[in-house]
Amino acid sequence: MTVASTSSTSASPSASPATSASGESLLSLRGLSKTFDLSPPLLNRMIERKGKSFLRAVDGLDIDIPRGTTFSLVGESGCGKSTVAKLVVGLHAATRGKIRFDGTDLTGLHASARGAYRQRIQMIFQDPYASLNPRWRVRDIIAEPLRSFSITSGRAEEQREVGRLLEMVGLSAQDGDKFPHQFSGGQRQRISIARAISSKPDFLVCDEPTSALDVSVQSQVLNLMRDLQAELGLTYLFISHDLAVVDFMSDYVGVMYLGRLVEAGPAQRIFEAPEHPYTRLLMDTVPDITMARRDRVPVTGEVPNPITPPPGCSFNPRCPLASDICRAQSPELVAREGGTRVACHAVTGADGSSGRPAGAAHSPGARARGVA
Amino acid sequence: MTAQSNTSPLLAVRDLSICFDTRHGPLRAVDGITFDLAPGEILGMVGESGAGKSLTGTAITGLLERPGRIDRGEIRFEGQRIDNLPAEAMRRLRGRKIGAIFQDPLTSLNPLMTVGQQLIQTIRTHMNLSREAARRRAIEFLSEVGIPAPDARIDQYPHQFSGGMRQRVVIALALCAEPSLVIADEPTTALDVSIQAQILDLLKRMCREHGAAVILVTHDMGVIAETADRVAVMYSGRVVEIGPVEKVVRAPHHPYTKGLMQSIPRIGSNAERLTQIDGAMPRLTDLPEGCAFHPRCPRAFDACRAAKPAPVPVEGGAVACHLYQGEPA
Amino acid sequence: MALEVYPQSRIAAILKSDIFYRFRTSYVTVAAAIVTLCIVMAALLAPWIAPHDPFDVSTLSLWDSELPPVWMEGGDPRFLLGTDNQGRDVLSAILYGSRISLAVGFVSVALAMVIGIVVGLVSGYFGGMVDAFFMRIADVMLSFPTILVALLVSGIARGALPREMHDSAALIVLVFAITVTTWVQYARTVRSSTMVERGREYVFAAQLVGRRPLAILFRHILPNVMGPVLVIATINLAMAILIEATLSFLGVGMPPTNPSLGTLIRIGNEYLFSGIWWVVIFPSLTLVALVLAVNLLGDWLRDALNPKLR
Repeated sequence: MTVASTSSTSASPSASPATSASGESLLSLRGLSKTFDLSPPLLNRMIERKGKSFLRAVDGLDIDIPRGTTFSLVGESGCGKSTVAKLVVGLHAATRGKIRFDGTDLTGLHASARGAYRQRIQMIFQDPYASLNPRWRVRDIIAEPLRSFSITSGRAEEQREVGRLLEMVGLSAQDGDKFPHQFSGGQRQRISIARAISSKPDFLVCDEPTSALDVSVQSQVLNLMRDLQAELGLTYLFISHDLAVVDFMSDYVGVMYLGRLVEAGPAQRIFEAPEHPYTRLLMDTVPDITMARRDRVPVTGEVPNPITPPPGCSFNPRCPLASDICRAQSPELVAREGGTRVACHAVTGADGSSGRPAGAAHSPGARARGVA
Repeated sequence: MTAQSNTSPLLAVRDLSICFDTRHGPLRAVDGITFDLAPGEILGMVGESGAGKSLTGTAITGLLERPGRIDRGEIRFEGQRIDNLPAEAMRRLRGRKIGAIFQDPLTSLNPLMTVGQQLIQTIRTHMNLSREAARRRAIEFLSEVGIPAPDARIDQYPHQFSGGMRQRVVIALALCAEPSLVIADEPTTALDVSIQAQILDLLKRMCREHGAAVILVTHDMGVIAETADRVAVMYSGRVVEIGPVEKVVRAPHHPYTKGLMQSIPRIGSNAERLTQIDGAMPRLTDLPEGCAFHPRCPRAFDACRAAKPAPVPVEGGAVACHLYQGEPA
Repeated sequence: MALEVYPQSRIAAILKSDIFYRFRTSYVTVAAAIVTLCIVMAALLAPWIAPHDPFDVSTLSLWDSELPPVWMEGGDPRFLLGTDNQGRDVLSAILYGSRISLAVGFVSVALAMVIGIVVGLVSGYFGGMVDAFFMRIADVMLSFPTILVALLVSGIARGALPREMHDSAALIVLVFAITVTTWVQYARTVRSSTMVERGREYVFAAQLVGRRPLAILFRHILPNVMGPVLVIATINLAMAILIEATLSFLGVGMPPTNPSLGTLIRIGNEYLFSGIWWVVIFPSLTLVALVLAVNLLGDWLRDALNPKLR
């Protein structure tokens, strides 16, 4: 895990799927890393004779998201996808790496200079019960960004705008007088969306926006999000553990495992022909309502403790294809046919492209393969 | 409401209603549900949060707490009425004959006792076994649910197990007294997707091997489709459709089930939009007249606004919808 | 900004709320509220409703001294609850005494609440060194018994201030002593609630639109941590009144020239065995009734605000 981080930081954007598509990237992550210090206090460490312990929540992430598209991060709990969301919106500071938004590196910006970008990057949260202040009226909740960014002038204009936003997300302007507890989970998520788009952002980070909702309501919210994307030209970073939802929402997909990207590329390609064994495992675990595979054999094993990840490829203890090299060396992301990138010795070693990670190769050859 | 009348049912629920006494008067959370469960059968109960599916499971285990109460109907287990049993008799029945698995494994395990102590205690309370025999049996069970090195891990505490392993222990605990019925309430909701499949598979295998019937309460139609034999779809406290899983999943009758099945996103469908059911399930405080689904139903007509539909038998199951009233079964 | 007043709906909402319902249906709570209200009103209106001014020496007459309550033999209809050894009307003394007791209680609770809330919010939200600093102070504070600190403060004040100022400064010294020892409870409660709220998504949302920490603390988090604070405040009001009474009883609180309930009890205590029991019993009963009623209100508030019991 440690071996990889330095080289992946220098990954060239040319190998990523985003640049192979038309249009420039609105958001680019380069070698983005976040390490949490989970060490006990110094005194405890001295008494218990324990060293410092670190959690690499995100480790060397390279992602490009073209304007107007949806990029989804998929993975199980603890894979670091929510940390990426918080890094992008600025709730966490990156340990290493760059977050380039519309050409500007946000990680280098002073807090005051970040203000303008705050208005352009907003977030939809997972828990519709925790994301709205229970003591505030809905109209004040939605008006908060308007006031904070001085978007509207005067109370009458503000209330008109709040009413317009409420209607845009399928509620009525009169709903502004109510408190959050008077709404159902789906309606609360609509309010949350209205708040997120009130500052007229061009980029929305959506952290599991429907995982707390019932299925019949989930489809309403997902449809609404797609309608708004078309109407307002929004770009989404969509975080989810539900592959079916991701397939519906996304143009690009990145699969994360223990803080690293194991496979990324155009959604259609990844869903049709997943290459990384972990991606395949995830696809296999999706409960099948057509009941075609009722008696399939489930995959064994669990996600290891992220504080003490296994050596080499962190997926090797669960991987059916694991060999000696997987236990020794962490694989790099390698550009594959169809614009995807895969980090797996077994997959990339088989057709002779092994040992030439996408990031390390600045040769035109790598670029050509990436585009092909 | 069931088509299986040839064997005597393990569990028979008749016109069960559960009421919450509030200061605004009683709120009916479960409204006259009826179903049978055959020995060894897996019945899925699916519905949105607040549909009454968990309450039904709670009522069967006798764990319903004030202000909730059963205000109508009866629950028969092996022919005997259990909805009015005294607390002590119910407690004995619950450990011996009815096992329970909950969403959060931590709430079913005592954090201050080792896994072994809890298993041995349960086994010895319900079976006449010596301490050593009970311990051997506990180790057997742990290895059966797929816990590696069970003779070492039996002396560990619940917090030393991972989430998936803990749920395995809970399954062992629920089944170690060889109950004939297990109520599993959202047993995989708190788990990661890759663990979810393992646990469902284990639950299915364990119940088959030990001959236990299961009521699997979940909001996830996918879980039902993979695990259950029959499914009861609940909406606003009523069973709107019940039948064999493959029938309900492939060819649902009730407009709610149809909408629900269509609104589940599927991999590779390449849909531009998902089918959606507009609106939300009504709150208990303002249930509409007639069929509770009619405000959201695309096919609602006058009868739906006037009266609650009674269940009508349809191929292997039943559906409670005015569209099917008067049709030949 | 969210706390604008919407008068009609707000009153309607209160009347419909669970808290009010719990109040209405609990007779003990209603009785406690009535007792509290009566004592508070009587104390507030003391100058107008008291039959005598117990501090106006010119109206006192030794002929009236040690008269029993009116229903006993020898009682005088002018003095409902009898008089003390100086001919002071016990009822009037109680009315004025409650005034002092309640004033000390309310002011010290308000001060402790404000200090505790600010310290708790700041510690809980920022954490780190700020938190460590305040919480170590709080730990030290908690390790002193309230009475000891109060005696200490009072002793220092007596030593530092000239003798003629002792009586006039007594009130301030009492309030200070009680505030210093009770703010810690608020601070700890607010801190732990703040640490929970800080991780909630509505706080993230406010951070994302660039709200300053102070705005987040006072507009977003404070309304959500006030519940437990109000419960502590109510129970502490009863406690503050008791501490004041204890200190006055011990002689380090309010002087006999401006007596609180505690001072009255101390004065009356000396005559208890000489048979004029009414001088000590009636102030004591008032104190017990007041403290009990306020405590019951606190219990009700705790139950009503506890989401687990709802």
